[in-house]
Amino acid sequence: MLQALIVASTEETPNPLLPAPYDMVWSAVVFAIILIFFWKKVLPNVSAMLEARGAAIEGNIEKADAAQREAEEALAKYTAQLADARAEAGKIRDAARADGAKIVTEAKDLASTEAARITATAKTQIEAERQSALVSLKSEVGSLAIDLASGVIGEALTDDKKSKALVDRFLADLAASEKAAK
Amino acid sequence: MNCWGDPACSSTREQKLHAPKQEIALLVNAVTKLVTSSGDGSSFQGPSITEFFPPAIFFAGTPFEINRIILIRFAMAAILILLFWLATRNMKLVPGKGQSLAEMALDVVRVNIAEDLLGKKDGKRFLPLLTAIFFTVLAMNIPGIFPGMNVAGSSLFGLPLTLAVVAYVTFIYAGLKKHPGTFLKASLFPPGVPWPIYIIVTPIEFFSIFILRPITLALRLLMNMVAGHLLLVLCFSATDFFFFSAALDQAAWARFFGIGTFAFGFVFTAFEILVAVLQAYVFTLLTTVYIQLALAEEH
Repeated sequence: MLQALIVASTEETPNPLLPAPYDMVWSAVVFAIILIFFWKKVLPNVSAMLEARGAAIEGNIEKADAAQREAEEALAKYTAQLADARAEAGKIRDAARADGAKIVTEAKDLASTEAARITATAKTQIEAERQSALVSLKSEVGSLAIDLASGVIGEALTDDKKSKALVDRFLADLAASEKAAK
Repeated sequence: MNCWGDPACSSTREQKLHAPKQEIALLVNAVTKLVTSSGDGSSFQGPSITEFFPPAIFFAGTPFEINRIILIRFAMAAILILLFWLATRNMKLVPGKGQSLAEMALDVVRVNIAEDLLGKKDGKRFLPLLTAIFFTVLAMNIPGIFPGMNVAGSSLFGLPLTLAVVAYVTFIYAGLKKHPGTFLKASLFPPGVPWPIYIIVTPIEFFSIFILRPITLALRLLMNMVAGHLLLVLCFSATDFFFFSAALDQAAWARFFGIGTFAFGFVFTAFEILVAVLQAYVFTLLTTVYIQLALAEEH
C-alpha cells in the first residue's frame, strides 16, 4: 500500500529543481524590470541627490570658513583701529601737555618781562620825579635861602646874577660837604 | 513486510536495506489508523512539494503560464517599484521620513556591500546590479509571511536560478574585462603552486568556481524559502487540525497540542523575516565577493 502511495506521489510531484519554462520566463521578466527600474531611475536620482548634498555640505563649510575669515579680518581691523586711536589719543595728550607747558612758559616769560618793564618804568618815573623834585627843590631852596639871607642881611639881593652865583656856590659846597661826609 | 526476524525469509539483505523505510511505513500506518479510526475520515495532511506548483490561472500549458506564485512575484515587484518610486521621485538634500528609509535601505547595498568590498569605483560600476539583486531577493522572500500571499516568490527555482545566472555571468564578465587572457588561466591555475599539484587543484578550482558557485547561490536561496514555507504550513495546518478537526472529537486533550504548534508557527514566522533579509544580504554579498575575486590583482 505504502509503496503504491510513494510511487503515486513521485509520479505526481514535479521536481522542484527542474524549473518550468513559465517559471524562468517570469523570473527573468520580473528581475529585468526591477533591474532597469533601479538602474535607470532610483540610483541616478540617489547619486544626483548625494552629489548635491555633498556639494551643499562643502558649500556650507566654505561659507562658514569665509564668514570666519571675515570675522577675523574685522577683528584685526578693529584692533588696529583701536590701537591707532589709542596712539592718536596719546599723541594728542602729549601735544596738549607740551602746549600747556609752552603756554605756561610763555605766560611766565610774558609776566616776567612785564614785571621787568613795569619795574623799569617805575624806576625811570621815580628817577624823573626825583630829578624834578631835585630841580624844584634846588630852585625852592635857593629862593628860600635868598629870602632868608635877604631877611638876615637886610639887603635885597636884586641882582639876579649875583644871587644865582651865590646859591650855586652854596649848593656846590653843600654837595662837596655831603661827598666828604660820605 | 511480515518476515521481520523470520529466518525463513529469503532476502535478508534486501530487508536490511529497506528496514528504515519499513519503520517509517509502520509509523505512518499506525498514525493513519489512529487518526482515521476516529470516524469521519478527515485526517491530517502535511504539506508537500506540490505546495509550490499551484494550478495555473492564465495561459495554462504555455511558457507564459501564470499561477499564484507568479502573481505574487508581479505584486511584489509592483509594490517594490511603487515604494521606491514614491521615496525617490523627489529627493531632497534634507530627507523626509520616506526618503530616509529608502536611503538607509539603499545604503545597505551601496556602502556596506558594494563600496566595502569593491571600492568606490568598481562599487559604483556594479551597484545597479547588486541593488537590483538585493531588493529582488528581499521583495520575493518576504511574501512568505504576508497574510494572503503566504508563499515566497523565490520558492520556485526559476527566480533563484535566474539571479544565480546573472551573478555568474557578471563575475565572469568582470574577470574577463579586467584581466583579458589571464583571468581563466589564473583562476584555474592559481599562481605559486608547484606544477604537479595542478593535477588536483585545477579540477577542484574549476568545479568550485564555475559549477559550485552558481549552484550554491541558487540552491541556498531556494531551499531556505522552501523549507521555511513548509515549516510554516506544517505548523499552521497542524494547529488547524488540532483545534478544529472533527477527528479529535474523541480525544479532546489532544487539542492542547494546537497551542504548541501555534507558538512554533509564531516563532518561525518571526524567523522567516530574519531569513528573508539574511538571504537577500547573503546572496548579494556572495555575488559581490565573486566579482571582487574576479577583479582581484592576483589574476
